[in-house]
Amino acid sequence: MIRTVWSALWSQWRRNPLQLFTLMAGLALATALWSGVQAINAEARASYDVAAATLGEGQFAQILPSEGGAIAQETYVKLRRAGWLVSPVVEGRLAGVRVVGLDPLTAPGGLGPVRFAQGADIIPFLSGRGQVFGGAEALDALKGQTEADLILSPDVAPGTVLTDIGVAQRLLDMPGQITRLIVARTQPLGRPDLATVAPGLTLRPPQGGSDIGRLTDSFHLNLTAFGLLSFAVGIFIVNGAIGLAFEQRRPMVRTLRALGMPLGQLMGLIAVELVGLALLAGIVGVALGYLIAAALLPDVSATLRGLYGAEVSGTLHLRPVWWLSGLAISVGGTLAAGAGAMWSLWTMPLLSSAQPRAWAMRSGQAAAVQGALAVGLLAVALGLALTGDGLVAGFALLACLLIGAALLLPIVLRLVLAGAERLAKGPLAQWFWADTRQQVPGLSLALMALLLAMAANVGVSTMVSSFRLTFVGFLDQRLSSELYVTTDSAEQAAALVAWVTPRVDAVLPIQSSQITLAGRPTDLYGARDQATYRDNWKFLDAAADPWDQVAAGAGILVNEQLARRSSLSIGQTVDVAGQSFVIVGVYGDYGNPIGQAIITETVFHDLFPQITAQRFGLRLPPADVPALTRALTDDFGLPAANIINQAGIKAFSLGVFDRTFTVTTALNILTLSVAGFAILMSLLTLAGMRVPQLAPVWALGLTRAELGRLELVRAVLLAILTAVCAIPLGLGLAWVLLAIVNVAAFGWRLPMYLFPWDYARLVLFALVAAGLAALWPARRLARTPPTDLLKVFANER
Amino acid sequence: MNVRVILLALWLPCMAAAQGFAGLGSSSDGYALPAPGYNFQFPADHGPHPDFRIEWWYVTANMTGPDGTDYGLQWTLFRSAIAPGTGSGCETPQLWMGHAAVTTPTDHHVTERLARGGIGQAGVTADPFEAWIDDWQLVGDVGHLRMTATGPDFAYDVTLTANGPLVFHGDRGYSVKSEAGQASYYYSQPFYDLTGTLTLPEGDVTVTGHAWLDREWSSQPLTADQTGWDWFSLSFDDGAKLMGYRLRSADGSAYSVGTWINADGTTDSLNPDEFRAEPGATHTVAGHTVPVEWRVRVPSRGLDVTVAAINRDAWMATSVPYWEGSVTISGSAKGRGYLEMTGYE
Repeated sequence: MIRTVWSALWSQWRRNPLQLFTLMAGLALATALWSGVQAINAEARASYDVAAATLGEGQFAQILPSEGGAIAQETYVKLRRAGWLVSPVVEGRLAGVRVVGLDPLTAPGGLGPVRFAQGADIIPFLSGRGQVFGGAEALDALKGQTEADLILSPDVAPGTVLTDIGVAQRLLDMPGQITRLIVARTQPLGRPDLATVAPGLTLRPPQGGSDIGRLTDSFHLNLTAFGLLSFAVGIFIVNGAIGLAFEQRRPMVRTLRALGMPLGQLMGLIAVELVGLALLAGIVGVALGYLIAAALLPDVSATLRGLYGAEVSGTLHLRPVWWLSGLAISVGGTLAAGAGAMWSLWTMPLLSSAQPRAWAMRSGQAAAVQGALAVGLLAVALGLALTGDGLVAGFALLACLLIGAALLLPIVLRLVLAGAERLAKGPLAQWFWADTRQQVPGLSLALMALLLAMAANVGVSTMVSSFRLTFVGFLDQRLSSELYVTTDSAEQAAALVAWVTPRVDAVLPIQSSQITLAGRPTDLYGARDQATYRDNWKFLDAAADPWDQVAAGAGILVNEQLARRSSLSIGQTVDVAGQSFVIVGVYGDYGNPIGQAIITETVFHDLFPQITAQRFGLRLPPADVPALTRALTDDFGLPAANIINQAGIKAFSLGVFDRTFTVTTALNILTLSVAGFAILMSLLTLAGMRVPQLAPVWALGLTRAELGRLELVRAVLLAILTAVCAIPLGLGLAWVLLAIVNVAAFGWRLPMYLFPWDYARLVLFALVAAGLAALWPARRLARTPPTDLLKVFANER
Repeated sequence: MNVRVILLALWLPCMAAAQGFAGLGSSSDGYALPAPGYNFQFPADHGPHPDFRIEWWYVTANMTGPDGTDYGLQWTLFRSAIAPGTGSGCETPQLWMGHAAVTTPTDHHVTERLARGGIGQAGVTADPFEAWIDDWQLVGDVGHLRMTATGPDFAYDVTLTANGPLVFHGDRGYSVKSEAGQASYYYSQPFYDLTGTLTLPEGDVTVTGHAWLDREWSSQPLTADQTGWDWFSLSFDDGAKLMGYRLRSADGSAYSVGTWINADGTTDSLNPDEFRAEPGATHTVAGHTVPVEWRVRVPSRGLDVTVAAINRDAWMATSVPYWEGSVTISGSAKGRGYLEMTGYE
């Protein structure tokens, strides 16, 4: 009996290979997009964890110099001799590689899940030429830079090499210097205060997770959201395919039950069948996902490196967690999509006839439930928009908004089409509108997918373009000097100022100190009172004459991150090094993870007399830049690496930025393609069922070619209507991303700009996609043999 | 696994498995070797001998609290050269390892420090004498020393005053370790009176007692097949003392040596057969089964005693693990002492 059931179930797919293909392809695509994104996230996180663990970030308290710079080796020894169990880390960059020197003898347990694959032995590590452990790329970059043995160790974080502190000090030319100290978790009894042993050092408690991990969280959250969105689009397709298959199986189920097959067993077999198909499609999807991830990972790692300085390995590892979760989500998604259909089979009366009603013609009641659900979700979204706070609320809001809008779409479409029908004149037009309205239920899942894909596209591209526009403005504001020069010492700085002052319009010293302001780590800058700042800086919020008040000494400017996180506003007072300042301006500071504040140069020098500027911005006519650059290197003797041309920084920053969103663009295109595929599949499956509906119209005199054209027009029309709904939805999405998610993730709010031409292009693209998807079914219809149409009357049920 | 454990794992114990305990059996290429007839020079020889591979400053003490409770104490600084010579700064081949422990009848507190030489974090100077690693110190005159150490759950600060002469083992300080001739330079100061304070989780305890300093350096004190040793420092109530050790070989045989120290500080070297130590009851601690009762005999002196651990759990869970704790002596003589057992895997 069970074999009979299997063969009956299989016959369904044999007769409708397209349906099987739709089901499998939808499921595979959904799984692929989801697991591709997950693979990227997993790879990146694993890289951060290795890096963080290697460097002791996060899990250990650290001691850092309060005023920047390095820690003297004698200070380290002094701390050890006072009973502080600290371990030195020497860190710096050489040939683009992060060189980390550690002391294996004092490094606390748990530092680094780094397995030195081969050649690990304390003796060569600590003596002789020394050893440098790292990945292939990092070691290649160091070839010729060191005499130490280069030892391949793939477990070391990408872009990083590990070596002994002695070797690192030599490599980085930091004799007797230490970058930071890692504080062991357990400390001996009777240890004196840090300040009494080594003043000028700050103890930073364990961060609980790596800095990089937190910084990049929102980026990964964005990717995850994209992955989920893609999966949702895919599941719409799967749901459609399963629903259709089950609808067609009703007579078969009735027959099997009438033959004595217990319903429970039958449902069990169907469930097994679905899980089997889901696993198969899941495997294909995971494989595709791997390809997607492998293709995108280089861009993602470039983005993460550019934006956050996070090193992510460019090669993908197959992690069991990842492919298992890909299969799980494929099976879970299939069961969720099939649950409704299985439920209706379960509740179907034994002897109810297989009604020849069109698949998925929703009853009025079902539409009402769907509408209520949509309105409910949108209400929750509104509530979250008004009251929600934080990243989770932001993403919940996104989910409610998108799903609510998708559920509402068929209802809106039907209302619009019903309106058009009332306005239509002539029988053909009336039939066209009525027939289109009747197609909506069958196409609604595909149209929802299209809606979501387009909305995501509008939303994300609005966010990215707004970000870029703001960013460019911000760069212009910040990089107002034509040249930036760095000196190596205070003496050189003084000499440079003397040398360069007569040659340029203005010299702007750049000097800062790391302080704690309103309880948050902040870079405090001392700015010279100069027209450059007054002319170029734009404030998000400011008192009447911010620069005058700053110049007078009592005013302070803070960046948006600090203002938002510490709830600071204009007119409030804050303390810096024991002196009170009034906040007179809040400025945008994009891309900076920490707080920043600006006071006037003279007060800065009073508070931090030990800090002298070693970096300078030089104002001069742009035409003179090449000549001065040459003079600085040839006459003054400044190394070329210490001179940065403003135009160069801008180009670099924008380059980083544009690469950042390559990934987004790629995912956008993939999602839209999936939606186009959904439309094609829906139209193809509908086409077969439409013959009985079209035959009477044909019989009334419409040619098959005309019918085909009308099919095409209908698809494009529905796509237009969907696009019209998608644009406001996408703008809503962009608003949530910019005003809520971004604020929660980064601490700044981006102004939103509109890009009508981009949207128009997107609509056009969607129409072309829908048109192309409809072309084949329309051509098939136009070429339907008249006998098929006649048969409708001959075989009328 | 973490970097340090791996590096350490590769440092001592792995070598211990392959080449005798703690690398002491590896070859001595390039290192100086002990020779008979060495003329000790003080204070210079209280200081380090960087041309030798390994060296230690090893203090153990038996103490009594105000309520009569027995306490044991250990302060050890090991020097281990990964290449001969001193080098400079971070590039010195001299590594240092400190072990400190306090044993009570119920608890055993132990902690370890590691350091590289050359940067001032650890080292020994002969004149004025100071041996240190991090905040631990053994400082003063060798006749009168202050000794401190701290750990996460204990600390001590004690003063040692010598009331007897230095004692040289073997042939005037040349101590042979095997029939193949492996040897070390080895002298002791077993006559310290001790006063001071132990800081324990229960609170501070004022203690008095006796301490024993061992100084030993060598480049290859063990043969490759010697897997560990059992070392005894016993102080009898009549003022005499006994240092004896038994070097075990992989084939089950043992090489025993000892020094009988009279109450006036004069010594008699015991021939390989004269010092006899036989393991008795065993105890399993941290997965290692060690004999915690011994029958020790020196027939020529009429000595036949049972040596028993005060705290059987005195396992040193350090990067090179071993058992070290205070013992009581009963039988033909009474007293207290220290027992060290290494190489019990």
